[in-house]
Amino acid sequence: MDKKKIRVLVAKPGLDGHDRGAKIVARALRDAGMEVIYTGLRQTPEQIVETAIQEDVNVIGLSILSGAHTHLFPRIMELLKENKVEDIVVIGGGVIPEEDIYELKKIGIAEVFTPGTNTKDIIKFIQEKVK
Amino acid sequence: MEMIEKIINGDRKVAAKLITLAENDFNQAQNILKELYSYTGNALVIGITGPPGAGKSTITDQLTKSLRKQGKTVGIVAIDPTSPFTGGALLGDRIRMQDLSTDQGVFIRSMGTRGNLGGLSPATQSTVRILDALGKDIIFIETVGVGQAEVEIVKVADMVVLITMPGMGDDIQIIKAGIMEIGDILVVNKADKEGCERLVTEIEMMLDFNPKSKWRPPVLKTIAIDNIGIQELLQEINNHLKYLNESGELEQRRQESAKKEIFDLIQEKWKEILSSSINNGFLNKIAAKIVKREEDPYTAVKKLSNILIHSYTQGGMNK
Ligand SMILES: Nc1nc2c(ncn2[C@@H]2O[C@H](COP(=O)(O)OP(=O)(O)O)[C@@H](O)[C@H]2O)c(=O)[nH]1
Ligand SMILES: [Mg+2]
Repeated sequence: MDKKKIRVLVAKPGLDGHDRGAKIVARALRDAGMEVIYTGLRQTPEQIVETAIQEDVNVIGLSILSGAHTHLFPRIMELLKENKVEDIVVIGGGVIPEEDIYELKKIGIAEVFTPGTNTKDIIKFIQEKVK
Repeated sequence: MEMIEKIINGDRKVAAKLITLAENDFNQAQNILKELYSYTGNALVIGITGPPGAGKSTITDQLTKSLRKQGKTVGIVAIDPTSPFTGGALLGDRIRMQDLSTDQGVFIRSMGTRGNLGGLSPATQSTVRILDALGKDIIFIETVGVGQAEVEIVKVADMVVLITMPGMGDDIQIIKAGIMEIGDILVVNKADKEGCERLVTEIEMMLDFNPKSKWRPPVLKTIAIDNIGIQELLQEINNHLKYLNESGELEQRRQESAKKEIFDLIQEKWKEILSSSINNGFLNKIAAKIVKREEDPYTAVKKLSNILIHSYTQGGMNK
């Protein structure tokens, strides 16, 4: 009877330009059988977290191009904590330096995928994390 | 029940979890939904339907903003098709509703159709009830209107707003395809585009040929991206609500929907009973006989039905 589907919020926080990367990932996840909630550009951390709660997603995938990740990611983790949301896996993608990835993982980002990552690896990661 | 208490006190997190349960495991959700039922029935449920790209999400966004200014709270159920091949879905209606996402008076839930041919998600009715219990005054259901979806939406909505737009080529086909039958209010969106007037005229002409109901659907023009015509649309929604109440049609529609729901649920229940009570070995034996032409399928089904009915009237119904 269980018809569980993995639900993923693909969001693009920050003010920088296009969302090509986010869209590619969103389509790949859909093709892997997931339900992808796509919210468009320029999402604030508050919007992302509130959307994740209402949509009851298993995963938040954040796509960032600019260097804004150093404050946007922590703010999102903070808001999740404030709202007592403990069951959402947060992953990130974008041009993010190695040493920052280490810091992001320390605050609870499950994984960071840098450009060139095969979408298959992202899919596999999510499927293993969400049981 | 703690969950019920929380939802009627406006806990959106618990509401969101219950919606997920209704989508994933309806049998289990029913145990909670039955307790929730007495707290529902207060919201006005409005279906927003029409072809892809007509502007349903944009209009829903604008209507919601106006309603919020009047102090009304709003729930939105946005349904997009699930791919029949992969089971996945890209749910993008929120792109047009970004400003609403941090408004505590609004709750938006995106859903895939998950194999329901009617364009609605099987959990749509449950979701509407959960948002109703959560205290939302108005609930919009956005569905893509293709073929059967229109018939489905009337089971759940109190009224239906049909959105279309000029320049879809076969305009008139869309209107003919049964859609006119269920639209209480007809909207031609993208009135900034060419062909709007002509489409309105065509629709009005079709309505002239179909004067079957006491209510003649008004035909409105909107430019949703510029918030033009939205106040008029809200006014028509109010007019129609008034009509539904005064004519007794709202009562009547809700009763009709309840009948359909009972029928749907009972069919589901019986399918379940059937697949659990006819064992596979037995089925294989009959199938083998049918293939060898020792028995025909029609007689076999008749016999089987008699056996099943007999066994359930002997006290096997306590499932
Ligand atoms: N020109 C024009 N475009 C519009 C209007 N309303 C919506 N759109 C655009 O039409 C596209 C589809 O709108 P959307 O609300 O997503 O349609 P839906 O698929 O029916 O939900 C979007 O790019 C909107 O910005 C309008 O009144 N005029
Ligand atoms: Mg839409």
